[in-house]
Amino acid sequence: MKTVNQKAWFLVLPVLLLVGFSAVIPLMTVVNYSVQDTFGNNVFYWVGLEWFEEILHSERMHNALGRQVIFTTVIMLIEIPLGIFISLHMPKKGVWASVCLVLIALPLLIPWNVVGTIWQIFGRIDIGLLGHSLNALGIDYNYVQNATAAWITIIIMDVWHWTSLVVLLCYAGLQAIPDAYYQAAKIDQASRWNVFRYIELPKMMGVLLIASLLRFMDSFMIYTEPFVLTGGGPGNVTTFLSIDLVKMAIGQFDLGPAAAFSLIYFLTILLISWVFYTIMTNIDKREGM
Amino acid sequence: MKKRFNKSALIMTFYIVFLLLPIYWLINMSLKTNNEILGTFSLWPQNLTFANYMVIFTDPSWYWGYINSIIYVVMNTVISLAVALPAAYAFSRYNFMGDKHLFFWLLTNRMAPPAVFALPFFQLYSSVGLFDTHIAVALAHTLFNVPLAVWILEGFMRGVPKEIDETAYIDGYGFFKFFFKIFTPLISSGIGVAAFFCFMFSWVELLLSRTLTAVDAKSIAATMTRTVSASGLDWGVLSAAGVLTIIPGALVIYFVRHHIAKGFALGRV
Repeated sequence: MKTVNQKAWFLVLPVLLLVGFSAVIPLMTVVNYSVQDTFGNNVFYWVGLEWFEEILHSERMHNALGRQVIFTTVIMLIEIPLGIFISLHMPKKGVWASVCLVLIALPLLIPWNVVGTIWQIFGRIDIGLLGHSLNALGIDYNYVQNATAAWITIIIMDVWHWTSLVVLLCYAGLQAIPDAYYQAAKIDQASRWNVFRYIELPKMMGVLLIASLLRFMDSFMIYTEPFVLTGGGPGNVTTFLSIDLVKMAIGQFDLGPAAAFSLIYFLTILLISWVFYTIMTNIDKREGM
Repeated sequence: MKKRFNKSALIMTFYIVFLLLPIYWLINMSLKTNNEILGTFSLWPQNLTFANYMVIFTDPSWYWGYINSIIYVVMNTVISLAVALPAAYAFSRYNFMGDKHLFFWLLTNRMAPPAVFALPFFQLYSSVGLFDTHIAVALAHTLFNVPLAVWILEGFMRGVPKEIDETAYIDGYGFFKFFFKIFTPLISSGIGVAAFFCFMFSWVELLLSRTLTAVDAKSIAATMTRTVSASGLDWGVLSAAGVLTIIPGALVIYFVRHHIAKGFALGRV
């Protein structure tokens, strides 16, 4: 059991100061902007919740949010099952296990703008392997002009980039299952599906929740990859929340609406993540960790 | 049994080919001249050239991008670990007022979209005179790296039995001597994993590093996006720059390959 010791606060103090400086001060700036308006020259006046009302009713925000929700849902529906599937086929030990781990982890360490660049080059119809082959096969594919092609490319790019995270997490979960479980299943002549359903899946629940939480958070904040690949286009069809926000805040310098947008955005992520986190800690407790 | 193994191998091969094909294409592009890239379509370079790499190694505005990135990534890793270690110890060993709320509040910072913080960070660091310095980017990245490091380290520290602490205190070790001489070596793989994640998330980030730098501390990611918009599209050099950004990551993965799976489960498996 943990002991109660208020002096432990001193150990947390450095974190508190640092994160206070780099999170609380900027966040207060955002709150500050969200309730004020300006005519320039740094003269601000109070507008209350006007910006929040404006943003909550703006079609632009609704559209970006809609696109974001579709994107996050689609990539999670692909990445989580695919990740589980691949992790079940990973070699368990030996040289090949190491080789596979290193190769699989590779996309995770590539800077996000380079991920965008890789797919930009790979998908282009004039110089890219994917775009060129598809067009040679007679499929009309051009992610720069065609909305469907742009969406498909972004989704494949995200699957390429992040499925490995799910694979590695599930792999770690699978490694933790003692051999005795499998032997017991063999004695009971359990089918492959039953082994998965009653042994592997329950044991992976914890890591799967972490994977879902991480994938949800990161895909909901996605900025760099689509920014490099499509720049939010063609038109606005791939403008997700972060891209829209940066356009508003840094491109047009609409501080008030951008700040209100930021807070709503942040709170949405926070709320959903809190749900995930609560489920996760409850599972931890039930397993007596 | 034999048949199942083959099926697994086939699936893994497919997946890995899917992962490596786009990367191969990038390498392929980086070894071609721009004329060849735009003129002929070929699966491998016809006239092998390293000119694109030479551009990067001889032009200071390119290679300084790499140096700048590495400087702030290392700074960030050191700062993050230095503050996360004692905090993770406190969370793993003691109950104190507000500990659960504090822990969740820390995690919320990992959930904050960088896009929300880009502009306030710019104003904050400009007002304290840190704009366009390495330390500004390093501090900004602690926003998401410190919570992650605390989370990972706390998981590893929970695995160390509490009796070790108590025995050491009875033997007359002070807190600091105990922490650095006994405790730190016990969780060295946890520290390695945390360092790996700090390195990774700082290395791959673009938005904040681009917003907070202009010339002196410009990161390689920013250099790449700006060059694209400024001088038209030099596909060859862009590809070469991309390939060079993959190398540090690949090296780091190779060194931590035995801990990587455990680290991805954030020390909780």
